[in-house]
Amino acid sequence: MNCPGSSAAVVSHRARGGGRRPRRRPRPGRIAFMAVFLVLPLSVFAVFEVWPYLQAFRLALTDWGGFSADPNFVGLENFRKLFSDGLFLKALRNSCLLALVIPTVCLSIAFAIACLVTTAGPAVGRTRGVRGAGIYRVVSFFPYVVPAIIIGLIWGLAYSPQMGLVNGLLRALGLDSFENFPWLGSESTAMPAAMVVIVWGTTGFYVVLFVAAIKGVPAEIYDSARVDGAGRLRTAVAITLPMILENVRTGYIYLGLAALDSFVFMEALFPQARSPNYATLTITQDLFQTAFEKFRFGYATAMGIVLALVTLVYAVIIFSVFRLVRGREDWKEGTS
Amino acid sequence: MTPSARTPRATDRAGAGRRQTKTRARGGAVTAASHTLLGLWISIVIIPFLWTVMCSFKTTREILTAPLALPERWSLDNYVNAWTEAGVGRYFFNTAIVVGCALVLVMVLGGMCAYVLARFRFRGRMVIYYSMIAAMAFPAFLAIVPLFLLLQDLRLLNTKPGLVAVYVAFALPFTVFFLHSFFASLPNDVSEAAQIDGAGDWRTYFQVMLPMAAPGMASVAILNFIGLWNQYMLAVVLNSKKENYVLTQGMQVFAQKAGYSVDFGGLFAAVVMTVVPVLIVYMVFQRRLQGSVSQGTFR
Repeated sequence: MNCPGSSAAVVSHRARGGGRRPRRRPRPGRIAFMAVFLVLPLSVFAVFEVWPYLQAFRLALTDWGGFSADPNFVGLENFRKLFSDGLFLKALRNSCLLALVIPTVCLSIAFAIACLVTTAGPAVGRTRGVRGAGIYRVVSFFPYVVPAIIIGLIWGLAYSPQMGLVNGLLRALGLDSFENFPWLGSESTAMPAAMVVIVWGTTGFYVVLFVAAIKGVPAEIYDSARVDGAGRLRTAVAITLPMILENVRTGYIYLGLAALDSFVFMEALFPQARSPNYATLTITQDLFQTAFEKFRFGYATAMGIVLALVTLVYAVIIFSVFRLVRGREDWKEGTS
Repeated sequence: MTPSARTPRATDRAGAGRRQTKTRARGGAVTAASHTLLGLWISIVIIPFLWTVMCSFKTTREILTAPLALPERWSLDNYVNAWTEAGVGRYFFNTAIVVGCALVLVMVLGGMCAYVLARFRFRGRMVIYYSMIAAMAFPAFLAIVPLFLLLQDLRLLNTKPGLVAVYVAFALPFTVFFLHSFFASLPNDVSEAAQIDGAGDWRTYFQVMLPMAAPGMASVAILNFIGLWNQYMLAVVLNSKKENYVLTQGMQVFAQKAGYSVDFGGLFAAVVMTVVPVLIVYMVFQRRLQGSVSQGTFR
């Protein structure tokens, strides 16, 4: 990132006709202005966000239960316990699974739809999307503005064995074996069913993101690809994907962070973390239960630290993978 | 067939013409397939909503016996029940107050902070900027227990002002990050002209720079509004007093109650009542909103 603001400083300096060096003592009026403009927002930020985060690192090393007068310092005991806590390990596995599956599925669908509505139009004339592209885009974005808890509630009803939409449709298609099948109530289907809901609720946002990115790609590139005889699939994979790779990476980061959270969707589908044999228990649900049902504040915060570490590792992996992919692209360009 | 066929390179190739005809035939099939795929996706998105609306008019008995059938009588009983029993009206009111206050505050504070960070040079500027980015990446769940304890100590737990303060703090990094790039991209000559004309820093900000940043402010305000309106986790942790419930919380509680008392009709009606306002706002603002999404992630 270049240094924004540098030009502003130079300008104000020039306006006042100062000496050669741009760095000089600002007027008292400016100091007051900057103080007000920084202190107000930063104090809210510091008190209600930075301070709690810092406190978390201290709290995680204690056994505090919320009611006892003073927390005891127990060092890394909480973390040692966490890694022999079968339930937490299951939650950790589930969260990692979500972080692996959700971004990939979500972005694949979003990429396919975005390509269809932008570049998959008639092979005659200018490169454009299929007809009615606007409607597809508008409709697929809508779930993003509906609160996640409502999406979860709608799907919780849709999955219900007796009165649900899903089984109703399957029965209407003649698949009678699905009569009263409990999608959220059986261990093997609970997780995939929940993933469908999360993908359903989040994909639209990335469709819009990708559509805007693809529109930023110069049209000549698509035209020349067509001249060279590239079909629509080839264009999508060999032109569009590399051109918007940075947006795909952004998508992976956002979605991975959201998938590691997943709290709201899971709470709506499985209230109070009640899922068959904890098949869909996430770290966030485990943390919430531990903190606000069992009041084991220290232990719960240690879970938060593990979650933050997992998030960090995930971000590092994504950035390295994309650097690798990008590196290969550069190499290809260099040699061809 | 296309202008491309007449380019020199295409004519160089043997059998280029034949390939073009084949492409056209295949093109039709691909277009049909594209529409089928998109149509399928759209149905998957729309059908659950339509089903919810349909069920909201049925009695609970009808819902349980014939999930796909149309209601025998289009009655509004469920809506009346949900409105009085679920207290949707009250939750709406609470959400409007909390989200409205938080939104105004975060836009004012975020604009100020972003402006100073983007247009002035001083020591520690980048430290502030990067700590905001780090705060965006940290899982909010790491902070909830300390946050709960902090609000308890400040006697702000289960109060609207407490919730507003936390909403502001958690929406601030994104707001600053977004507006920072916006203020940095504004041209210098205007603020320079204002200063030459004798406007101080305050006037330059409020009368010149802020109006110029209006499109960016609008975009980030819309995204913040959706984010705060849909916020669930912070509200559940920090606001457990029933009369202060926000909509998302109230709906979850009502859903569980409806499950026990087998009032599914009421539940469907309550869901529709919360989705319809969102739908209307979305219809009105969808162009602006989609612009915001692309702006917010590109800069």
